[in-house]
Amino acid sequence: MDFQVVILAGGFSSNLVPLVSKEVPKALLPVANRPVLSYVLDLLESNNLKDLIVVVEGEDAALKVGGWISSACVDRLHVEVAAVAENIGTAGALRAIAHHLTAKDILIVSGDIVSDIPPGAVAATHRRHDAVVTVMLCAQPVSGPSESGGSSGKDKTKKPACEDIVGLDSWKQFLLYIAKGTEIKKDTRVNKSILCAAGKMELRSDLMDSHIYAFKRSVLQEVLDQKPAFRSLKQDVLPYLVRTQLRSDVSSDQNNVEENGNGKDNMQNNEVVLSQILSNASLPSFHQVYESGLDSRKTHKCCVYIADESKIFVRLNSIQAFMDVNRDVIGDANHLSGYSFSAHHNIVHPSAELGSKTTVGPHCMLGEGSQVGDKCSVKRSVIGRHCRIGSNVKIVNSVVMDHATIGDGCSIQGSVICSNAQLQERATLRDCQVEAGYIVCAGGEHKGETFARR
Amino acid sequence: MESRRNPRAVVDPKVRQVGFFTSSQPDSSSTQQQQQQTDPIPASASSPPVSTISPSGNSLSPVMIPPPRLNSSDTFPLRGAAAGASSAVSPSSFSYSNRRDFPDGSTTASPGRHSRGSFVKSSAPVASSLPGIGMDSMAAAKSSSVPASGLTTVSVVTMPPGLAEKASGMEVQSDQKKNPKSLKEKTTKAERRAIQEAQRAAKAAAKADGGKVPPGTSASVASTSVKVAKPAKPSTQKNEVSVAAGVTEKKGGPSEKDRKKDAPHPRMQYDDESRVVKAKRRAVVKQTEAKNRVELFRHLPQYEHGTQLPDLETKFFQLDPMHPAVYKVGLQYLSGDISGGNARCIAMLQAFQEVVKDYSTPPEKNLNRDMTAKISSYVSFLIECRPLSISMGNAIRFVKNRIAKLPITLSESEAKAALQSDIERFINDKIIGADMVIVKHAVTKIRDGDVLLTYGSPTAVEMILLHAHELKKKFRVLVVDSRPKLEGQLLLRRLIKRGISCTYTHINAISYIMHEVTKVFLGASSVLSNGTVYSRVGTACVAMVASAFRVPVLVCCEAYKFHERVQLDSICSNELGDPNAISKVHGREDINYLDGLTNNANLQFLNLMYDATPSDYISMIITDYGMVPPTSVPVIVREYQKEHLLV
Repeated sequence: MDFQVVILAGGFSSNLVPLVSKEVPKALLPVANRPVLSYVLDLLESNNLKDLIVVVEGEDAALKVGGWISSACVDRLHVEVAAVAENIGTAGALRAIAHHLTAKDILIVSGDIVSDIPPGAVAATHRRHDAVVTVMLCAQPVSGPSESGGSSGKDKTKKPACEDIVGLDSWKQFLLYIAKGTEIKKDTRVNKSILCAAGKMELRSDLMDSHIYAFKRSVLQEVLDQKPAFRSLKQDVLPYLVRTQLRSDVSSDQNNVEENGNGKDNMQNNEVVLSQILSNASLPSFHQVYESGLDSRKTHKCCVYIADESKIFVRLNSIQAFMDVNRDVIGDANHLSGYSFSAHHNIVHPSAELGSKTTVGPHCMLGEGSQVGDKCSVKRSVIGRHCRIGSNVKIVNSVVMDHATIGDGCSIQGSVICSNAQLQERATLRDCQVEAGYIVCAGGEHKGETFARR
Repeated sequence: MESRRNPRAVVDPKVRQVGFFTSSQPDSSSTQQQQQQTDPIPASASSPPVSTISPSGNSLSPVMIPPPRLNSSDTFPLRGAAAGASSAVSPSSFSYSNRRDFPDGSTTASPGRHSRGSFVKSSAPVASSLPGIGMDSMAAAKSSSVPASGLTTVSVVTMPPGLAEKASGMEVQSDQKKNPKSLKEKTTKAERRAIQEAQRAAKAAAKADGGKVPPGTSASVASTSVKVAKPAKPSTQKNEVSVAAGVTEKKGGPSEKDRKKDAPHPRMQYDDESRVVKAKRRAVVKQTEAKNRVELFRHLPQYEHGTQLPDLETKFFQLDPMHPAVYKVGLQYLSGDISGGNARCIAMLQAFQEVVKDYSTPPEKNLNRDMTAKISSYVSFLIECRPLSISMGNAIRFVKNRIAKLPITLSESEAKAALQSDIERFINDKIIGADMVIVKHAVTKIRDGDVLLTYGSPTAVEMILLHAHELKKKFRVLVVDSRPKLEGQLLLRRLIKRGISCTYTHINAISYIMHEVTKVFLGASSVLSNGTVYSRVGTACVAMVASAFRVPVLVCCEAYKFHERVQLDSICSNELGDPNAISKVHGREDINYLDGLTNNANLQFLNLMYDATPSDYISMIITDYGMVPPTSVPVIVREYQKEHLLV
């Protein structure tokens, strides 16, 4: 279909700091005991996209990610991993790999999404309108676990109420305005000419940019070349393209290029008529109307695809999101996980050992080779592989990663225990994050803390 | 000329099943006869080849009505002539390619077979119970060229890929035995000779083609051909060819074959439930049928609008064999981004040009055959997106015909270049060039002080008006429009920009404004051979009112949109649009009286897209062949179709 897929897998995200480490870049964070990147790859594979470019920030991370991909996806996918310098932003990353991009259109997918929205829909919309950029918008996810009440209070306050503000035309086909909700303080500027041309603009805050974009390659490269200051796709490139859609200085129109091909006067005349017939017959978007109104202004189209609300879309970009994703994948959205659930709606690996009187509730997952002692209770939690959990331990709404050791009598709620971490006896954690390899002392009671070595 | 015969192939389901019936017993007398008369056998076997050339294209036309029955004796000379015309080409190779494209049998049922229909009708029901239709038709294709004497050996030796087919192959054999007899009765000596000549050409071409057969297979076939008695030799050669074709076909991925087999019937009756279910199963686009349909129009497809597009979009990357350009055009049809006969046709042809450009022949395949198959699968996809217009049907027929007529000697790049330039020429000559000529003719009819009325937004009429304005003629334009598309507004916008004085009104007011009109210019989706103009819904109304007011009605239509079919009403063949388009008014939330009633069982929406204007109401049809009265349409159809095939 002449599409190239670029996955921006990021590096060591600062938002997720205690969870990510030198060993575990963001793309490999486990979601239901699978790296989050695998969900993206599965989504793309199920859509028959098997030629992928994964861009990772930092050499180390690239090595790690590449290693995992080669072990997991060999024979299935053709994946190339590109390492780019750290902190150059998404636009910078694309600039760095620009010379690898050859297809007509580029599909850019963030590496940290867990979703079942087919990316083909974005591509199809993009093609249909012959757009310069198509953005997938989806409904704002409900953040914070609804059932555990105030446990996520801390993260919730951090999170802005609305992430993005988007302006759409009345057919909900074109993107007229986009801004980050956090950036808008009191007032904002809306391009008047766009508003006039479109006639009507619908501003919505219930939609979120899903970080799945389809770009026209030539335009993307041109913009990246011309504007070296642009660092982020979302914050720089996209708003720029949206802003300039009625006074385009990118060569989006291929017709202009094609016209030079035919030397014959008659032929050219025919082509003019041809394009006229085609454009007359098609339903004009406001771009064309605008174009025809003023003398030969060039325009380009920025389209949106609004995902169905029934589809699941979560981005793993904060610790809260990490918790949510883990909860969703073994809970409501369990078709994404790729595991088959038992009658109790949980997954207990056959090699896991459960002590007597230990209960594993629904929406739980117990990884391979983990041992759980007597009289434990696990609810709505994900426990990784080869964890050792003592007796009388209570784990609720938490994520315990591989090889963690939890002593007897611990109580863990709404927390993340990274791999190889150790909790000594009777530690009580609530809304805490424990870094990989960290040892939490016995008997302590902690709430909302982050345990990391300085 | 040939095309006139084709439609027959499309129609009767009973006839369709002829190829794969089972029950009739081998008839020893006919076998004997057959062996004596070796010449007519290949002749009869090869008769499908030449004749199928055009059906392959024609079958796609959405507008087929079986013309009056012709004697089959009438058809044979034509066949011979056609074979003569395409001298450099090998007719046999077409035949197989075409058969392969439509192993369905429905579309390629050849005249030869058709004439057989009466013979085997009684056994047809039995045949219908056979499960493997595709296989059967494969076998049928094969055995049709295989003389009875050679068949048994061949089918044993040369069918490693499909042993299962053997049985059906044998069954078909009995059918084939009968066949020469019936044909023989009707062929005259001269015709047989013509056919035989065609066959020789086929053989020569097939030899070259046969090189593609995997060595094992060809060797085995060769050995069988040695065994066969000498008089039967030409036929065994053919046999080898057919087997080779069969083998190479086997290698081509089954998925593609399935698609070909499943090419939906262009004029399926959608009130026949079993067929709808079948069609749905193979459809690329998920189609949810609308529930409340108007009784009279049940036979037309109507889907829940809004369900198709998202589904097709999600499948964007999963439709592997689909060419992006075709896909894009399909999406645009589906979403209504492109409408209008000319624009749709041009968009499709341009997509096909892209297809040709990016095409490369797969190994062990023949460009002619494979490309035809590809185009067919694309066309069936486009049909799913929106029923074809007549203009598109004609254009597709042209493209397929050009592909079929590509000399085998051409290299791939030459063939591609030839095809591309052919398509280019079609667009330039038949569409744009035709419009220019129409403009030239029509402008002579515009005088100073005229008040011209037009309906909707026909491309040709727009060009006429603009040109007349450039010639400084003084006239006024009345643009009549109708909901829900309101295309007239766009036309109005463009006319006003050029400084033409216009009046805009809706069709409701047509009788009030007609008295000031001096001429009516209309566009057409198609002109049928009884002079009926098939056009955007409302055109008939305009034409009738105009004729009641004795205002001349001039219809501007490019000759490539003409069709030989005859249609008396706009019911039997039409297109249903989105019912929501008439139930809702975009941007007017205050008019929402029908909200929540769309699924009411007592409410049915009818959004017809076309209507048929009887020729009585039309004063003149302006085409690229001049200005003719509607009664002369058959002449143009006849002359034009001939040219169409030879372009």
